[in-house]
Amino acid sequence: MFILSIALVAALWELYKVIGPQDGGQLLGAKILPRANDRAMPHIWDMLSRYGRREVRGSDRKIWSVVLAGGWFSFRLVLAGFILGAAVGVGLAILMARFKIVERGLLPYLVVSQTVPLIALAPLVVSWGGKLQLAGFEWPRWLSVSILGAFLAFFPVSVGTLKGLTSAPAESIELMNSYASSWRQTLLKLRFPAAVPFMVPAFKLAASGAVIGVVVAEISTGLKGGIGRLVIEYAREATGDPAKVFTAVFGAAALGLAMAGIIALGDIYLMRNRPKETAT
Amino acid sequence: MSAVNVTAASKIFNKGTTKQVDALLDVNLTVEPGEFISLIGPSGCGKSTLLRLIADLLEPTSGTVTVNGKPAAQARLDQDYGMAFQHAGLFDWRNVAKNIELPLELKGWDKEKRKSRAMEMLELVKLPEFAELHPWQLSGGMQQRIAIARALAAHPSILLMDEPFGALDEMTREYMQGELLRICAQTSTTVVFVTHSIPEAVYLSNRVVVMSPRPGRITHLIEINLGIVRGEATRASNEFFHGITAVREALRGTRGDHVDDLDQAAKLVTRNVDDR
Amino acid sequence: MALVHRLRRSVPPLIFGIGFVVLWEGAVKVFDLKPYFLAAPSKILEQFFDNFRLIREASTVSGTNAFIGLIAGTIAGVLMSFLLSKFRILSELMTPLAVALNAIPIFVLVAVLNNMFSITSEIPRRIMVTLVVYFIVLVNVAKGLTQVRSTHIELMRSFAASDMEILRKVRIPNALPYLFTSLKIAAPASVITAFVSEYFGGSQNGLGSRITSNIANSKNASAWAYVLGACLLGLLFFGISILLENGASRGAAKEYNNT
Repeated sequence: MFILSIALVAALWELYKVIGPQDGGQLLGAKILPRANDRAMPHIWDMLSRYGRREVRGSDRKIWSVVLAGGWFSFRLVLAGFILGAAVGVGLAILMARFKIVERGLLPYLVVSQTVPLIALAPLVVSWGGKLQLAGFEWPRWLSVSILGAFLAFFPVSVGTLKGLTSAPAESIELMNSYASSWRQTLLKLRFPAAVPFMVPAFKLAASGAVIGVVVAEISTGLKGGIGRLVIEYAREATGDPAKVFTAVFGAAALGLAMAGIIALGDIYLMRNRPKETAT
Repeated sequence: MSAVNVTAASKIFNKGTTKQVDALLDVNLTVEPGEFISLIGPSGCGKSTLLRLIADLLEPTSGTVTVNGKPAAQARLDQDYGMAFQHAGLFDWRNVAKNIELPLELKGWDKEKRKSRAMEMLELVKLPEFAELHPWQLSGGMQQRIAIARALAAHPSILLMDEPFGALDEMTREYMQGELLRICAQTSTTVVFVTHSIPEAVYLSNRVVVMSPRPGRITHLIEINLGIVRGEATRASNEFFHGITAVREALRGTRGDHVDDLDQAAKLVTRNVDDR
Repeated sequence: MALVHRLRRSVPPLIFGIGFVVLWEGAVKVFDLKPYFLAAPSKILEQFFDNFRLIREASTVSGTNAFIGLIAGTIAGVLMSFLLSKFRILSELMTPLAVALNAIPIFVLVAVLNNMFSITSEIPRRIMVTLVVYFIVLVNVAKGLTQVRSTHIELMRSFAASDMEILRKVRIPNALPYLFTSLKIAAPASVITAFVSEYFGGSQNGLGSRITSNIANSKNASAWAYVLGACLLGLLFFGISILLENGASRGAAKEYNNT
């Protein structure tokens, strides 16, 4: 079904190329119809074949290897950011579950922060790279990019994990109390396992957040080696080589899908012993 | 030494505010080892609160609670009792055997001992084939049996139960009552059992403690003379019917009298039944 | 009573917030942190008010893009969800697409869209926001229209209600809370998308471009001021969506009770 919908989108693209105005047009008085000529909207098969050709004239590298390398570079940053953000998020959630005062003080900010474009901080954080020195450790630019991914991943994980940790039914808490169980034991044996169904959707959000954070950070600063930079570079060459930018765009999409795939695998593993939700 | 001794215990919530609730006022109760007693009464009579005072899940505002001769708090730390609730409360992410092992893990038992004890308990509740399954794969009645197995896993001398069969259908309920009596006889456990159901209280208990609300207190103690061995025939017997009637009358209040003296209560109850 | 309770509940967050700002300001002073690392809150506020007019202009540009995209995407999403609830085959096609698009950084398409329009057009960004909002609204409202309790449908059929009547009396009211939930997600998303789209070149009048240009000119404190402006814009959109939700639920209740 997924393949079918992709094919449908491709078909619509080509359809528009056939019937659409070659130099863009107006609809209801506004210039909102895009240009349908081959320079602005290359054919689908041009986009796909572009992978097989050389990146630049005179270079030996084929595009697909360049895009793959860029994707791999960004992927590692996303993974690092995700793990860091998720770890901090879980830690903070445990702190909030343990000390109600921390929850009451911090949770409103965590919830609000998900509505605010934190990504605006991206250029600022990345600008630390190359300029900042902490006790002999020079701050590499890629670290900023990863930190941004971690930043965006951290918020949904902390909110979702807290929700899960506090979701244990009162009777089960009473049961653990009747066993004279310590807070730590109750956390490990009851609250944490009960939190897993809430953490999984939070991880999904965090994964896409990490991807967004990393890609945007790369784009806003042109970090060399990443897929974001490739998108910008190839977009600049679009007048001469229109299909090229699509190669990078598909690469970025693949990056997102790869992360989503990893989380989906994690979902299956973590929820393997749980009752299956029946779809209504 | 009695198993449970509650002396002049009171539990008041939100004391001194407009929302004060006198959940229990000046309650006295003694339970002998091996006894099966039921707590019955309308909503708000304090039966669940009394159970939790015994379990040391709540502290009395005044008065004392001793279990096996120790303060209730010590009894909880020593794991002298096991507890079962209305919802089995099994952990979805553990299989049946590991659910039973939970209290043993917390007590630090080693793996082999835990496993063999869990199997032993499964045999006791007659569900050994289900060890590897998960709770959601079992029916409500089976889940309750696992919960009982878990409550008895550490071989406590006392079992505290808060309407454990309340969510089951009538047929399963009667079956579970029989099973519970069998298990308790086999393990010589003292049981304090909270219920809403008059036939259940009478079928299971040596004594029925009738309570009433506002403020929560004990109003009647009714001896049940159905003998030690109870089965299907018991449910059809005259004594069973008399017991049910006695409890029902006590719950309705005897002709508007508020009875404090326990001996008087016993006489009143017998009198009501004979007047028929 | 309720007001006192509300005030008491706001104390911890206020303490944390004020404490955080104080620590920040203190750290900058004590450790003599350079502005290119972290600017002091006092300087940021100063820059914010100094540049207020410029910040407001830039916010208007980004905000307009976000707003237009939000409206267009919501309308398109709602219309499409009606189609989806009627023709299940469409739902089968669209759902995997929506799920996949959720995972990928869809805004990279702006690079493509920029080529399809003139260099000074704001249209690519608006289209981007529309797309993002469209999928959010579509998925949620479609769920609201289709996931109705089967007992309600059975009841309506026992009244010999037509499909159209079921739609009007059961499905749409059921879907309304889903619509407002999706708006609460879509509103901040529209601001973020409008924002991020500006990093791909094209017109340089919005908040995002201003931030990068300020950093390029080493004016970090004013860059932070623009960030503050962006956060305020996001909060504004979110606040509006919450107001809409409250207004609608109260209005709907009144209407139903008056008919």
